[in-house]
Amino acid sequence: MTGKTGAAVDDAALIFPAETPHSLTERICAITLHEGESGWTPLWWWLGLGFALALLCMGVISVAWLFYAGLGIWGIDWPVAWGFDILNYVWWIAIASGGTFISALFFLLRAPWRTSLNRLAESLTLCAALCAAIFPILHLGRPWFFYWLFPYPNTMGLWAQFRSPLVWDFFAILAYVLCSILFWYFGLLPDLATLRDRAQQRWQQVFYGVLALGFRGSGRQWRHYQPVYGVMAALMAPLVVSVHSIVGMDFAGGATPGWHSTQFPPFFVFGAALSGFAVVLMAVILLRPAMGLHPYITARHIDTLGRLLLTSSLCVAYAYVMDAFSTYYGPDPADRTMFAFRLHGLYAPVYWGTIVLNIGFPQLLWWRAIRLDLPVVWLICLGVLIGMWLERFLIIVSSLARTQLPSAWGQYTPTLWEWSLLCGSIGLFLTAFLLLLRFMPMLAMAEMRAMLAHRP
Amino acid sequence: MGAPFTPRANIIMTTCLAAIAFAVAGGGLWWFAWPYSDYTRHVGWVVQQPVPFSHQHHVAGLGLDCRFCHSSVENSAQASLPPTFTCMTCHSQIWTNAAVLAPVRDSLARNTPMTWQRVTDVPDYVYFNHSIHIAKGVGCESCHGNVGSMPLTYKAKTLTMQFCLDCHRDPGPNLRPVENIFDMDWHRGPDTPSIAALVAQYHLGRRNLTECSICHR
Repeated sequence: MTGKTGAAVDDAALIFPAETPHSLTERICAITLHEGESGWTPLWWWLGLGFALALLCMGVISVAWLFYAGLGIWGIDWPVAWGFDILNYVWWIAIASGGTFISALFFLLRAPWRTSLNRLAESLTLCAALCAAIFPILHLGRPWFFYWLFPYPNTMGLWAQFRSPLVWDFFAILAYVLCSILFWYFGLLPDLATLRDRAQQRWQQVFYGVLALGFRGSGRQWRHYQPVYGVMAALMAPLVVSVHSIVGMDFAGGATPGWHSTQFPPFFVFGAALSGFAVVLMAVILLRPAMGLHPYITARHIDTLGRLLLTSSLCVAYAYVMDAFSTYYGPDPADRTMFAFRLHGLYAPVYWGTIVLNIGFPQLLWWRAIRLDLPVVWLICLGVLIGMWLERFLIIVSSLARTQLPSAWGQYTPTLWEWSLLCGSIGLFLTAFLLLLRFMPMLAMAEMRAMLAHRP
Repeated sequence: MGAPFTPRANIIMTTCLAAIAFAVAGGGLWWFAWPYSDYTRHVGWVVQQPVPFSHQHHVAGLGLDCRFCHSSVENSAQASLPPTFTCMTCHSQIWTNAAVLAPVRDSLARNTPMTWQRVTDVPDYVYFNHSIHIAKGVGCESCHGNVGSMPLTYKAKTLTMQFCLDCHRDPGPNLRPVENIFDMDWHRGPDTPSIAALVAQYHLGRRNLTECSICHR
């Protein structure tokens, strides 16, 4: 990983001038189809996969023991009945926002830089949403009855409680995961067709051919394809806002100090944007040299993502300030007691860590030199991911630990099984993402070719 | 390099997709409909008893009142099964040598209760109380069916939560005048008080009968 981004190229270029539609297709297909010199599976991929599978195994063991022994193996208890389960869920679903912001929102805004990043970002979204989706199921006492949240006529005469944000949450996540998969897959169709046509081995022809669903790139197909893609983007952009708003309402709906706040829905959207951009930036910085993507992901992209990260960090800072303001401006002494506990109680290091990692360090991105200094940006992004995790810990644990009744105060210490489940979810994320890296094109070739054709 | 697929591939693909759609839809429908079947709920299943006791003969034929055997139904959560002495009230005098009644005589001789098998069972997390239902005018028949027509006793109703809630949400239609609670094959007649009158008489409608803790503790 080099420190600077290559002075020979104009920093404003979205794609190196020497690139042609042909060279782009050839290069990306070679990686996916495992052809030629640039197509061999590199050592870092095997090492990464081994590491990811080891983590995943840990998670599988943790889940197996959880199903056998029940929720008692975790550190949750009264009064802190939500712990790592909900914390990790909120953290992962926030990470899953990046792809949708970049891919759908900036598609609608016609931002040209989004084309090189959308496939990568959407793949990250998909893997993170997968990790997020397992936690709400695992946190149930009887996880095999998770479908009781779904309103269907049944012999129990039970119906979902539509006044509860937890039910909205179920629908929001379901819709978000399904639409993310569809959006990702639909965008992939022309590239799958390209891979089918270029594949040399029989299994590749069949694999990509079946997945391409008969896409042949005829004028008629493109005429239908483009409006549908636009409509899907228009659906996804509000969905990403609604899903995080509803995650915020899961908390705002409870009469718990620190949760019962009208700013929670936008606060969670801000936090989602922050962690979403951070994870995309981290992946981009690592994959650019590892997969030879320099010609397509340039300094301009890194710079733009850095600006977005800074913007969302400022939004989060606003939410933190408002959190403190509404606590001390408001009438509720329980709120103030809880907030004082955050500032200098048992979990105070978590609070100050959140502030430093989510607001402090990202301020370095005001300087362009730092935005283009890749190791520093990578570390800031890592800090943001950790900071967002700490923020969720703070929101969930410190509020539940200091509710209105002092007699019901308590604390929470996660157990080994909760830590191993967190590691397992990271393993699941990495495994899924590494497999996608190897078997799916990580650049939207069809869109990039169109961009190259329209290049001035 | 030729085309990877022959024209036949379209048919295969379409068939596969249709089969998957059919399997998913069919599987979903089966999973959804299965709990509704009388088979899963054991409705109409006769339970083997140590003696083939006939409610048809004793209730419809001889006219015994339910409470003659199920004596605690008005005062207790359990309706209770009769002790052997209750059987022997009559069977020490009639059918004294019937082979089919040998287990009853045996039970008396050994001073060991009969092992009657439960026909109408609800899960252990349901705290069903017979006495309150009798006190509030719900007939035996509403849950147990017309046992007077059963030569061998079987489960007559599904007893799903849906079954319980249907009545708890709207108890009126299942209410009877006090004197008809233990009747079999009873129907509302012209002289029966109106549903509203019965609801008022039994003081229903003051409490939400669908609160979880009404049945689950």
